[in-house]
Amino acid sequence: MATPRKPTLAVWKFTSCDGCQLSLLDCEEQLLAVAAAVEVAYFPEASRAMARGPYDLSLVEGSITTPHDVERVQQVRRLSKTLVAIGACATAGGIQALRNFADVKEYAALVYPKPELLKTLETSTPIAAHVRVDYELRGCPISKSQLLEAVSALLNGRRPVLPTASVCLECKRAGAVCVMVAHGTRCLGPVTQAGCGALCPLYGRGCYGCFGPMETPNTTALGARWRALGASEDDLRRVFRGVTAGADAFRRAGDAHAH
Amino acid sequence: MRTSPVPGRPLARVEGDGVLALKVVNHELVEARLDILEPPRFFEALLRGRRAEEAPDLTARICGICPAAYQMSAVHAIEDAAGVTVTGPLRDLRRLLICGEWIESHALHIYLLHAPDFLGYDGALQMAKDHPDLVRQGLRLKQFGNRLMTVLGGREIHPINVRLGGFYRAPTREQLAALTDEAAWALEAAVRTVQWAAALSFPEFEPDYEFVALRHPTEYPFNEGRLVSNRGLDIPIRAFEDHVIEEQVPTSHALQATLKGRGAYHVGPLARYSLNFDRLSPKAQEHAQAAGLGTTCRNPFKSILVRAVEVLYACEEALRILRDYRPPAAPAVPVPMRAATGYGCTEAPRGILYHRYRLDAQGIILDARLVPPTAQNQRCIEEDLRAFAATRLDLPMEQLTWQCEQVIRNYDPCISCATHFLRLTIERP
Repeated sequence: MATPRKPTLAVWKFTSCDGCQLSLLDCEEQLLAVAAAVEVAYFPEASRAMARGPYDLSLVEGSITTPHDVERVQQVRRLSKTLVAIGACATAGGIQALRNFADVKEYAALVYPKPELLKTLETSTPIAAHVRVDYELRGCPISKSQLLEAVSALLNGRRPVLPTASVCLECKRAGAVCVMVAHGTRCLGPVTQAGCGALCPLYGRGCYGCFGPMETPNTTALGARWRALGASEDDLRRVFRGVTAGADAFRRAGDAHAH
Repeated sequence: MRTSPVPGRPLARVEGDGVLALKVVNHELVEARLDILEPPRFFEALLRGRRAEEAPDLTARICGICPAAYQMSAVHAIEDAAGVTVTGPLRDLRRLLICGEWIESHALHIYLLHAPDFLGYDGALQMAKDHPDLVRQGLRLKQFGNRLMTVLGGREIHPINVRLGGFYRAPTREQLAALTDEAAWALEAAVRTVQWAAALSFPEFEPDYEFVALRHPTEYPFNEGRLVSNRGLDIPIRAFEDHVIEEQVPTSHALQATLKGRGAYHVGPLARYSLNFDRLSPKAQEHAQAAGLGTTCRNPFKSILVRAVEVLYACEEALRILRDYRPPAAPAVPVPMRAATGYGCTEAPRGILYHRYRLDAQGIILDARLVPPTAQNQRCIEEDLRAFAATRLDLPMEQLTWQCEQVIRNYDPCISCATHFLRLTIERP
């Protein structure tokens, strides 16, 4: 019997900070094990060896912000058997999606002396707005344990187990005191998807939404609670317009608090 | 060149997206250009109207490799506007966070991105098959840097614990004491890294750079100091924009910085080292000299060695802070807002990172200016390429491509910071 071929892995970057693909290199202890289980066929950040596709598993980082990105993501989809969008940029448009609420020409003129030279779209959009995405890993950055779970599940032909509940559940599991109830700290945890391990509340600060909206977020009720804690409409607009501003539920909540 | 599955070969083992273009006519190099194609994200625009306390979380997102440097530049600039200086254990904790980021970022570059060039591999995963112990040592060193960032910052990428005036929660003595054994191992591993890097062979190449770095009265620079150069620049951070011009070139999404009336300048490990050798610890100085380095270093290929010396320094400094730490009375000092402009500059792993914020009396950001290290090095990278490639034009294409890539990788360019993608095209008859 022939030795089974190792599955091939490709890592792609669109508009982003590099942090989510760096998470793969940050799996220091597991990195060599992952490298032994798959053929890392295309990962320019790590290697100049670039094998031709198609690829069994593509991890896609970043959002779509240029005409070139729009074409390239189609090619990536065609070359990929399974496509996993990783991180807040790839799943919600990232912090750069704040341009979606502004005039991109004005933005460009503020930063660049010759904005007419830039090739940029008016919006920053997630990968799923352009091509079929098989799975999404949320987070800014993604969680390393979710990344390893997704890669090992897909290598073994099963669906990755990913949370859909809120950060509150992780706080309870960690035995953390609720920062909002106990200290009146404004927290986005009740409407934010779990995945970080309730990091901010454990450090005594309120969640600011890195993993985007949970499955059924009640942003209206949370807004009322925030107002009772002294938040202004501006504060509410700003917090929903953070790193996951482009996710539907947070976009609507941010709009509800816009002037 | 169409070797990549999607047209255009990205420059490998750099963070971000860029293209290197060389044009050769009649055996002469007529153009060497580094085009940064990373799409713009307009951070300076999106910061307008945000609260000053959001700046560390928002600007961290510029770079997944050096988020702590962005956070440190932001908090120092805003504290400057508020007239607040952070001292004592909180200041030490901030230095410890930078130690973590330097160790993590430098170990990544030395072992996973740069070493394969010297040992002749496409990447570290291929190199690991022949040199497993070397790669494991690099990964463990990198992991130690990440552990420092995780304990202090909550996580290594986009830490959540940094705030104006200090931290949301200060670590306990026990938490930091638990890291000392690994810090002692890391310091020994860093010494071995310097010795290993010293034995590599380096091309003869010593451009006459103007180096620019921070200089502090007593310490090797992290978050404070004056901006100095080897050609007489000696200015406070707030005077940065009086001396530096940023220009937009048609083919690039990064703004290129030059010194007014003087041109290209070089920031990063070589500049820091050459301008601050006397501020290194005796142990770091001793190992640098044993490795054959002088008190200055102008060969960019030797940046791997200088990075190793900086890792050694950062491990030693981390060990000192871990051992001496006494928790502060409060995790942060108050930073009252007032209408003012503040300036901050830190030494990110790749060099000086400048921030300026103009705030109103409520602490709303009216405008912001951010100048990352790779934007400052871009002109030097192009000049290095021109000088280096000019004498090697007759090499076979694949070899010339690889060597030119190395010239760029010497800078550990973070194209995501400068807006960012390197793709190599060599045009010749």
